[in-house]
Amino acid sequence: MSAVMITRKVRKWEKLPGKNTFCCDGRVMMARQKGVFYLTLFLIVGTCALFFAFECPYLAVHLSPAIPVFAALLFLFVMAMLLRTSFSDPGVLPRALPEEATFIEMEIEAANGNVPAGQRPPPRIRNVQINNQIVKLKYCYTCKIFRPPRASHCSICDNCVDRFDHHCPWVGNCVGKRNYRYFYLFTMSLSLLTIYIFTFDIVHVVMRSVDNGFLSTLKETPGTYPLLHYRLSITKQPLVVLCVLVCFFTLWSVVGLTGFHTYLISLNQTTNEDIKGSWSGKNRVQNPYSHKNIIKNCCEVLCGPTYPSVLDRRGLMQEDLAVSATPDAPFSSSSSSSSSNPVPQTTKTTAPLIPNEHTPDDAKPSIADTAEKSPSPKEEHPPVERVPPLASPETDAETSVVKDKIH
Amino acid sequence: MQGLVPAATDGNMATEFHNLQELRHSASLANKVFIQRDYSEGTTCRFQTKFPSELESRIERTLFEDTVKTLNNYYAEAEKIGGQSYLEGCLACATAYLIFLCMETRYEKVLKKIAKYIQEQNEKIYAPRGLLITDPIERGMRVVSFFAV
Repeated sequence: MSAVMITRKVRKWEKLPGKNTFCCDGRVMMARQKGVFYLTLFLIVGTCALFFAFECPYLAVHLSPAIPVFAALLFLFVMAMLLRTSFSDPGVLPRALPEEATFIEMEIEAANGNVPAGQRPPPRIRNVQINNQIVKLKYCYTCKIFRPPRASHCSICDNCVDRFDHHCPWVGNCVGKRNYRYFYLFTMSLSLLTIYIFTFDIVHVVMRSVDNGFLSTLKETPGTYPLLHYRLSITKQPLVVLCVLVCFFTLWSVVGLTGFHTYLISLNQTTNEDIKGSWSGKNRVQNPYSHKNIIKNCCEVLCGPTYPSVLDRRGLMQEDLAVSATPDAPFSSSSSSSSSNPVPQTTKTTAPLIPNEHTPDDAKPSIADTAEKSPSPKEEHPPVERVPPLASPETDAETSVVKDKIH
Repeated sequence: MQGLVPAATDGNMATEFHNLQELRHSASLANKVFIQRDYSEGTTCRFQTKFPSELESRIERTLFEDTVKTLNNYYAEAEKIGGQSYLEGCLACATAYLIFLCMETRYEKVLKKIAKYIQEQNEKIYAPRGLLITDPIERGMRVVSFFAV
């Protein structure tokens, strides 16, 4: 029985650690839970569809055809911003490669000196001075890096994100350095769209009621949000009440969110910092990133450069598979594609992007605990990577066969 | 990874620990040296120009500092907030950012220049001395790594 090593080219996104889902061969990057994002899409598209279907014909004829045209443009802008926020890389910081992680660990040990046995080592913090303020950089045990200032680790996506704002389930992605301005433009344009539709609902109802008489207006406008009905007995129109309430809360929440983010932008703060109270209250450390000028802060956040993604999602890398010739082990079970594995692939954190780097022995326990540990990875032929762990139990026979072949 | 420092008196322990660190450092040079980010001016991309002791025997201080300073200048140019970045931002916003499907951003243009510069430096200066630099973008713009070949 012999094992054959096959090298195949894969896109780097297939081997990225973290809990993101990728679509369109790595072009689209989102969080794992997308249910609320679909709800957002449904609400926006559904509302606008009702508006265009039931109200625009009347308004276009009786007022101006520019109304639906402008609504359509605004709708397209909202959708573009939403998709851009949801599908782009928020500014994920790639995890440290084994050598970098080892280098940092050595630096930490040198800084800590000798810790007496039984005592906990001091917390891993690096102090840097930014614009005359001391900022503490924390060490991320998952990504094995000292987080840059303003970066934070998102537990939902399991990534460190630069200038982390928050994880937004409504857009199905984190909001960070690269997509914050799209998120802000999305909330702002959605506020405008909601206000616009709300206003023209009122106008529509008023105009119809003036034409026809108020009572019959409510019967003729099934899909709209009649807003002046409060003068009548509201309890006779429960669906109408529900529509108004939904619209009311949506409007206030979206407008409120836009206002909140406008406030944050003017102070050059992130939601994360605001919630933690990093720059306010008893800490008395002032925000070192603020230019102390509202216009400058806004310009930096909204008109700053478009940062590139440092995750090379669509780059190619080598991947080595062990394929056994035994009939009981079909090819699919021995492949290391992560979609078929129920167990999260821990080697993803060690799989280097450059294939001929090998993991030093002493760094392995701190980085990954793979099911099989080849005793001396340095003896392997350089292009051949360590065989990734195979989750299904029947492939253990294969791994031992592969090891035989290597040694 | 834990240092095996045998129990001894305070003075001996300090000396032995120091020796171990030196051994580790010289062993690690066989792999890589990482130049970290310099955050003293905020979150803009800058790397520390402090000359690491591990490279003392491999390369002249002035050459190293020139390389890092040039890289810092390139990144400063890419991240500059001024007339051109406003124009680019406003134009992109007006087209709902669809213009980036056909146009390259200023940052991407500078990144290409940086890649070319690093390749040139590797060929002319570092490879003859048995060193190579990796482009920081491959490490998430966190470090510039020098490694011995």
